[in-house]
Parts: sequence; structure tokens; C-alpha cells
Amino acid sequence: MIQWTAEQLDAFVQLLHDEAYEVLGPVIRDGAVTYGAMQALPVGYGDEQAAGHYRLTQRGDQTRFGYNLGPSTWKQFLFPPSETLFSVRDDLIHPVENQPGKRAFIGVRACEMAAIEVQDRVFLQGEYTERRYEQRRQQVFIVAVNCSQAAATCFCTANDDGPAVRGSADMVLTEVNPQQPWYLVEAISETAKKLVAKIGGAPANDEQHHQAQAAVNEAAEQISRQLPRKGLRDALFDALEHPQWDDVASRCLSCGNCTQVCPTCFCSTTQEQTDLVSMEVRHQRLWDSCFTEMHSYTTGGAIHHKTRSRYRQWLTHKLAAWEDQFDVSGCTGCGRCISWCPVGIDLTEEVEILRKSP
Amino acid sequence: MNKPSLAVFKFASCDGCQLSLLDCEDELLKVAELVEIANFPEASRRILPGPYDIALVEGSITTEHDEERIQEIREGSRILISIGACATAGGIQALRNYADVDQMVRAVYPQPSYIDTLATSTPISRHVKVDYELHGCPINKYQLLEVLLAFTAGRRPQVSNDSVCMECKAAGNVCVMVAQGEHCLGPITHAGCGALCPSFDRGCFGCYGVKEQADVESLFVFLRDQRGMTTQQAVALVQSFNADAPELKVIASDRKWGRRREDRPE
Repeated sequence: MIQWTAEQLDAFVQLLHDEAYEVLGPVIRDGAVTYGAMQALPVGYGDEQAAGHYRLTQRGDQTRFGYNLGPSTWKQFLFPPSETLFSVRDDLIHPVENQPGKRAFIGVRACEMAAIEVQDRVFLQGEYTERRYEQRRQQVFIVAVNCSQAAATCFCTANDDGPAVRGSADMVLTEVNPQQPWYLVEAISETAKKLVAKIGGAPANDEQHHQAQAAVNEAAEQISRQLPRKGLRDALFDALEHPQWDDVASRCLSCGNCTQVCPTCFCSTTQEQTDLVSMEVRHQRLWDSCFTEMHSYTTGGAIHHKTRSRYRQWLTHKLAAWEDQFDVSGCTGCGRCISWCPVGIDLTEEVEILRKSP
Repeated sequence: MNKPSLAVFKFASCDGCQLSLLDCEDELLKVAELVEIANFPEASRRILPGPYDIALVEGSITTEHDEERIQEIREGSRILISIGACATAGGIQALRNYADVDQMVRAVYPQPSYIDTLATSTPISRHVKVDYELHGCPINKYQLLEVLLAFTAGRRPQVSNDSVCMECKAAGNVCVMVAQGEHCLGPITHAGCGALCPSFDRGCFGCYGVKEQADVESLFVFLRDQRGMTTQQAVALVQSFNADAPELKVIASDRKWGRRREDRPE
């Protein structure tokens, strides 16, 4: 492993631009750290989070990765909120080709890397693969970052998904010393090794390895939320008639925000959009949510008609049935559903109550 | 096969919703190919006799004459679609439902005796069977086209009944409620506007009416208890375009809202 200065990291981001990557990463927008097309890494931003609460803060330091997760997920780039799959014109089907260029994701955290791998299982494993997801996924170069701090809503340690990156990133950075940051750089893929070599950098010594490890340990120590996984699947399936579902339903707005910010939620719906003038019909795929009525609509009505059954469907699928289906939990502990719930519903609190007998 | 005939009727309203049909511009000629525009006084003096296949009804019921006329329209229409916040939830004029209408009339008009009005403004569905309700203040013209296309083709309209939040997140907006502490009705409001207000950094006013399964009370309890919203602010937020929506009336008229669900009277 080698060690970079902040200037070398910034030069690396520029190198990715020069190498014709579409560089996607942290962008300060509308009072939050969001993900989007970026030129250079923003410096010195942090955040303050709680249930139903997020505020962008100025850290007063030189960190490039001093922020925690915002409302954006990388899902938006691999599985966009809306896309046209094909169109019908003059009674003929016209495919809409998906030709993604090469992209770099900068600043993928451990829980996010885990979430990308969950979606890989959903979309790429098994008999049917999602071709458009696959085409995009193959074009992505991932620069992951070990967290050096945690938000109050984080709980990646509950499932051992972080704060150190464990997934298949192309390279992993650790940011150390906020006032004058330096970076421990681990290039994993061949592409990463070639790119990193163009920047250079001194080999990291034992002391630097130790400091980087200490920074990640500190993030782990800051995590206060729990979501114990042992026996969780069975406990939830045994609690299907627990009165807590009524309690949470009396607070839940059934608005769908939790599913839209969740990095693993993958539900979609399709619709035909007709252009009256050209008489072209576009077959579109849109993000859906198990909190909408139409998600469970079949002839005669919705199966999940009430908020109670929608919340129960979401939580039991995410934390229990997902394991049967994909052999992995659907939750990587990012805490977005807690921060971005408009009425601050916290799944870790709900689970804690659901695990106790009423 | 004959083209289905279309009629557009107006009750108490600003005309904005039926104007969105005229506002279709590029698509208007196609609409005219698709349906026979038989009765649309805002567009043409040519009025063909009923009955009509599709009636679009704008506005709320505010006079005795309205009450009679909507019955006649229902009898003379195969499919009746109410459009806009007035027709679906009483409109801004439903503020009278919370006040003494005689007092209002005396305060506003120099000759109150000329005014003949009901004490309430109510949605069309309170009076006759409505086949479809298209929400919005005003309605979205693309949704109107979709509804017309769907009914002429005999299929279900593809009009989302999700929350505004679903559109807001799909647009990539940062939640103004969570990140800025704005008071926003998005989570309980019917989609359709494309999350217009949050896209311009302010909370949703709720123009598109209350969505299905919306827990209005839960949102307001949170805003009051966690975000310092006053009762006055809450009432101002719900007493607007959809003032007669039952879920909003609870907030505006029951000063004791916010009891936990199990304590509420059935």
C-alpha cells in the first residue's frame, strides 16, 4: 500500500477525468452531500444526522471524506429511477439501446459497497439477469473509502458490513488526520494499479498503517445504533401479529421515502407513455415502492391495502425473507431510512420492540 | 365506429383546469381526432346536444342550482370525470365550510341580497357517482390527456396515486423537510406535479390533494411535537386548495388532533 497527500488524491480525480471516465462522487447541493457528476472533491464538509433530521455542516478542516451518507445512493446510476426500455412506433418495437460509458464512483463507503453487492445478487445471479444493470455495472471503476467517522444513524457494524470496506472495490482509501489529511491507498484491481502508478506516492510504513487502522476503529467506536442479526429472521417471522405493527402504522405515512433512499431496494414498475403527436409509445421502467398501493395491486384490489401490512412487508422482506431469497440481508446498516423518514421512524427501534413479546 | 363525445362542464372554479385542455396546443388537434368535442363553451360556441360519452366536470357545488345541474349532467353522461381540487375536494372556496357564510357575504358584497349561495362548497363526488377523479390545482395537462386516452381506449389511466415524495426522490431532490426543516405536505399528497415546490427549495402546499393511505394526523403530530409547528401554522397549511378533504378537516377543525390512534374515537 502507498500513501498519498490530499494534492495527490485531487490529482487522481483529475486523472480519472483525463482518462475519459465520467466521474461521479460527492457534490454539495441543496444543503446535503449528494452524488453526481463532479469536477473536484469538496473539502471540509460534514453532517449532523438523527431520525428524520440531516444538516450539512462545515468541519473547518481539510477532509475530502469527512461527511457521512447523504440522501443519494449509487443505485441511481446502476438502476436509474426511470428509463425507457423500448418504444413502439408504426406497430414495430424499437429497442432503446443502453450503451453506458466508463464511469468512476468516488467515495463508495463500506455499507454502500455491500449494498452494491446485494444488488449484484438480485440483478445478476440466478436464471434471469438484468442486462441493463449488468452493462452499467461492468463499466464502473469503484474508489471506495473506509469511514474515519460515523453518523448517529449508522449501524454497519451490526452486520459486519463496515466501517472498513470488505467488498470488491477497485481500490480503497483511508483518510487520516482531518486538519492535514493524507490517504492510505490500496489498489486492488489491475486498472486501479495502473492508474495509481501514474500518480505515484510513497510506500506506507507500519506507523501509517497503524494510524489508518486507528481511524477506522474510531469510526466503529462512534457507532451507537444496534440491529442484532442473530435469530432476527425467525424472530420477525414469529412476530407477524405483534401489536407493534399497529403502533408503527400509526406513525408511518406510507410515503415511500425509506425505500427510495435505500441502497438495496430494487422494486420497479413499468408504464406505457403515449405521445399523442408522434403516436409513439414508450415502455418505461420506474422505481416503485412496497409502500405504494399499486405495488401489490392485483385484480380486485391491493394485497397490502393498509400501511400496517406495507410496513410489515418492507421490514420482513428486507431483514428476513431477503435471506431466503438472496442468501444475504437486505440491510447494510447505512441508516438512510432513519435520517430521511419525514417522521423519523427508526427501524432499529422498531425491531428491538418487535423482538420482545408484547 | 363513432368517436366518443366529450363535454366539459364548469361549477365554482377558476377555469384553470379546463384551460389545461386548451393548453394542450400540440396535442389538441389529436384530441379532436380522438373525441368529438361536443360541448366545451370555453373553446367553441358550437354545442351539440347530449347525452355525452365523457363529461369532464370542473368546480365545486356551491348553489342550489349547482345541485340540480350536476344531477342532470350525471344523467346525461356515460362517464363522469371530475377534474381539479375544486371538483375533487371543494377547492379554496371550501374555506366557507369553516365559517359563517352569511357573515362572509355581508362583509364582501355591497348588496348581499343578490347572493344566493349554499353554506358549503363540496366536491362533485358528494352529490353524484363519479367514475374518476383527477387531482391537482390546476390539473396536469399530460395527466388529463392520459385520462382521456385511457377512457377512450377503455383502459385504466396510468396516473400514479403515490406520494409526492416518490416523484421528489426520483427527481433527485434533497428532502426539504429533513435537510432544511421546511414544513412539507409532500408525504401525504397525491403525486402529479412532479414535486414542483420541493424542486424549488420549499415545502409542498398539497395542491394535488390527499393521497391514499395518507396519515395526515401523524405528519402534523410530528411537525408539532418535533418541529415546533404551531396550531395556527398547521391550520393555514391545510386550509387551502383542498379545504374540504376530510383528512385535512380533522387538522383544521379538531383542535385535539394528535391523540394516539388507539385513543381516537372510531
